[in-house]
Amino acid sequence: MKVLLEHAHVEGIRYYDTYRKNGGYRAVEKAFKMTPDEIVEEVKKSGLRGRGGAGFPTGMKWSFLAKPEGVPRHLVCNADESEPGTFKDRYLMEFLPHLLIEGLIVSSFALGSNATYIYIRGEYAWIVDILEQAIAEAKNNGWLGKNILNTGFDCEIYVQRGGGAYICGEETALIESLEGKRGNPRIKPPFPAIQGVWMRPTVVNNVETLAAVVPILNMGGEEYAKIGVGKSTGTKLLSVCGNVNKPGVYEIDMTQSVEEFIFSDEYCGGIPKGKRLKASIPGGSSVPIVPANLLLKTAKGETRYMNYESLADGGFATGTMMGSGGFIVMDEDQCVVRHTMTLARFYNHESCGQCSPCREGTGWMYKILKNIEYGKGKMSDIDLLWDIQRKIEGNTICPLGDAAAWPVAAAIRHFRDEFEWHVLNPDESQRRNFGLAHYADPIHVPTTA
Amino acid sequence: MSEQPKFKVTIDNITIEVPAGTTILNAARMVGGEVTPPAMCYYSKLEGSGGKCRTCLVEVSKGSEKDPRPMPKLVASCRTTVMDGMEVKNITSEKVLDARKGVVEMLLINHPLDCPVCDQAGECHLQDLSYEHGTSGTRYEFDRRTFEKEDIGDYISLHMTRCILCYRCVFTAEQLTQRREHGILERGDHAEISTLLGKSLDNEFIGNVIDVCPVGALTDKTFRFKNRVWFTKPVDAHCSCTKCSGKVRLWMRGDEVFRVTARKDKWGEVEEFICNDCRFHRKSVSDWTIEGPSKIDRHSVISQGHYVGTKKQPVYIDKVIGKDPKLLMDIHKVSDVNRQEIELSKIDGPAHSDDFKKDR
Repeated sequence: MKVLLEHAHVEGIRYYDTYRKNGGYRAVEKAFKMTPDEIVEEVKKSGLRGRGGAGFPTGMKWSFLAKPEGVPRHLVCNADESEPGTFKDRYLMEFLPHLLIEGLIVSSFALGSNATYIYIRGEYAWIVDILEQAIAEAKNNGWLGKNILNTGFDCEIYVQRGGGAYICGEETALIESLEGKRGNPRIKPPFPAIQGVWMRPTVVNNVETLAAVVPILNMGGEEYAKIGVGKSTGTKLLSVCGNVNKPGVYEIDMTQSVEEFIFSDEYCGGIPKGKRLKASIPGGSSVPIVPANLLLKTAKGETRYMNYESLADGGFATGTMMGSGGFIVMDEDQCVVRHTMTLARFYNHESCGQCSPCREGTGWMYKILKNIEYGKGKMSDIDLLWDIQRKIEGNTICPLGDAAAWPVAAAIRHFRDEFEWHVLNPDESQRRNFGLAHYADPIHVPTTA
Repeated sequence: MSEQPKFKVTIDNITIEVPAGTTILNAARMVGGEVTPPAMCYYSKLEGSGGKCRTCLVEVSKGSEKDPRPMPKLVASCRTTVMDGMEVKNITSEKVLDARKGVVEMLLINHPLDCPVCDQAGECHLQDLSYEHGTSGTRYEFDRRTFEKEDIGDYISLHMTRCILCYRCVFTAEQLTQRREHGILERGDHAEISTLLGKSLDNEFIGNVIDVCPVGALTDKTFRFKNRVWFTKPVDAHCSCTKCSGKVRLWMRGDEVFRVTARKDKWGEVEEFICNDCRFHRKSVSDWTIEGPSKIDRHSVISQGHYVGTKKQPVYIDKVIGKDPKLLMDIHKVSDVNRQEIELSKIDGPAHSDDFKKDR
C-alpha cells in the first residue's frame, strides 16, 4: 500500500510541473476551503501519530497549541534525522520535496504559522538545495508568499541547516539551535506549544508526519484512519539496513507481520547468504534490541506485527518500540557486545553535557563496554553497567538519557550470556563471534520476563 | 491589594502553605532542615539556573488536589512549581535517595578529589553533598578526564577538571556584567568552561563567579594557597563603595585579611553581589568597618570550635519518619568524656578524667 510514496518513481517528480500533474497541491486547494479548526479536526480523526519516534497523536499535539492574541505562532519541521539507522526523511525530501512543502503549507494554515521553518541536519547539504529549489518553485506558482490564492493567508518557509548534533533532533534543543544558541534541551514545562521559538507558541513535527497531512486532506481523515490497524493508522515509512538482501526505504500499512517484512521478496527479501536472523532493532538505535525469537513472536506466542502496539507488546521486558522506523537487522555473524559498544560511543559523543547522569554515565558505560569487547572485562562489569543505565534512565532533562540507557539495558537483558562469554573467553572473543545460541529457531521463549 | 493565592504542599509529611508559583525546592527551603533537597546548579538569584545537576530530584506522589495522579518520573524540584495539595517525597522515598546516590557518584567519577590542595575545601558544596549522599568507595576504574590548563586572567583561576558544569558562572556573567566572555565549549563529557581564543575575564563584577561556583573550579587567585578556610575567621564588614553595596565578609587571621567574599546565606547563596575592587584590592583592615563575627551554619567545618552559639538547622527527622532516629549507641550514656554539659574549652589545661568525675 503506497500513500506517501505513490508517485515516488515518476520521472521528474522532484520538479513542480510533474508533481502538479500527478495531483500535487490538491490538498492546499482543499485546505483553503476549510477553516483551520476543521483541518485540525480532520487530522485528529485520522489518528495520525507522530512519526519522529515517540508516536504522540499529532492532532492532539496541534490542539494543545496556545493561541494568545497578537503573538505569532510557528510551525517547525524537524528534519534533523540523526538517529542511527533512520533515513526515511532523507528519501522523502530528496525525491518528493514538494510533498513536504505541500504538507507544510496545509499545516501552517491549520496552525496559523506565517513563518515556518525546516530545521535540517547539516550533513544533508545537497537536500537543502533541493528543498530551496522546491520552495522557489512553489513561490513562483503562487503557493507561498503573500496572500496565497487570494485567501489573505501569508506563509514563508525557511530552511535552516543544523550544525550536525544528534541532540538537536530533540524538539527543545532544536528550538534553541534554531534561535542561534547552543543546542541544549530546555527544561519542560513550559512545553513548546506554549513557549517555543522566541518564546512564541510552536509546533515541532517530523518530516513524515507533515507529509502525511497531504493524503489525510486528500482522502479525508476517516478514510485515512481505515488504513492500518487499531491505533496505528495510516502508512509508515521504514528504513531498513543491516543484513538483509534489499535494504532501503519501504512504505507499509502496518498490517504485515515482522516475519513477512523481513523474509518476503516484496520487502526486505530475507537474510543474505542463507544466514539466520539473530536480532533486530526495529525503530532506530535508541529502542531496545530484541532477539529473533522475541522479534517474530511475542512472549505470549502471538505473531508480532509491524505496528506501534504489537512491537511494544510485552513492555521493555520482552518487547521493543516502533520508534522512528530505522529497522536494523543483524544476522548470526554479528556481535551484540560490539554493537552495544558502538551505540554507547555514539551516545557518549552526542550527549550535550547538561545533566550530570547523562554526561558522565554515557562515557562510563562506553569505557566499560570497550573493556568487555576487547577482552579486559570483569563479571562485575555487567552488573555495574546495569546499575549505571538504571541511574541514567528517567533522571535526565531530555530523552537522550533514556535513549542511551535502553540499548544497553536491552542488550544485557536478552544477551547476557554473550556478555559473559566475552568476559570468560577474552582471547577467543577476539578471534570469533559468539554466534546464535538460542536466539533463533527453534523459537525459544524465556519463562521469566 | 489582592491576596496572592496560597497553595498547600506536603513535603515529607510536613505541610506548609506557600504562595503560588513557588518551586518545590523553595517550599522545602521554607520548611528547612533535612527535608530540603540539595542543589548544586540552582541559584535563586540567577534567572534560568537549575535543572541540570539532578541532585534535587524528588518524587511527586500526588500531583495536586484536582489531579491526584503521581508524576511518572522523578522531577527536578528546583524547576517544578508546586500545585495545591501536592505531596512530595524527598528523604522518605527510596527511589529519590537511590537516584541521588547515582547522581553524586556520576558527579564524582571525573572529579579529581584533590581536596587537600583545593582552596574550596571546607566550603565546597560537592564535599557536603558527597558526605551526605555519597558512598565511601568508587566503582570507576578509568583515568579521570583532564583538560588543558587555561589562564583566564590575573584574579580568577580556572580548574576545569573540578568543574561540574552547573552553568552558574555563565548565568552570573550574563546577568550581572556588561558582557559575557566565557561560556561552554564542546559538548558531552568534554564540555568545558572557557573563553573564546583565550581571552581573560575582566569585568567589574566578574569576581562573583568565584562565589557562585559550588566547587573549586573557579577560585580567587589572590587567595590561592594562602590559607585553609577553616583556619581563617569570617567577619562581616562594610565600606562605602561606589560600585556595589560594600557589604562583604572578610576572612581574617589575626589582623591580616586573607580574602574578601560576598556574604552568603544559609543555603550557600550570595546575599549581595560585590564588585571586583572590594573583592581583590581592599585587603587591609583599615579599608573596612568591621561589624562583627559572621554567623556560619551551613559549612560546619568552618564553624567547628570557633564560636559559641552557632545557628543550628531545625531537626525534623522524627516528624518525617515518625520516630526518633535509632542510634547504634548513645555515646553520652556510655562515656564520661562526652558529657554534654561540660564544655571542653572552659577547662583549664588539657582535660583529665577527674574533670568529668567531680561534677557527679
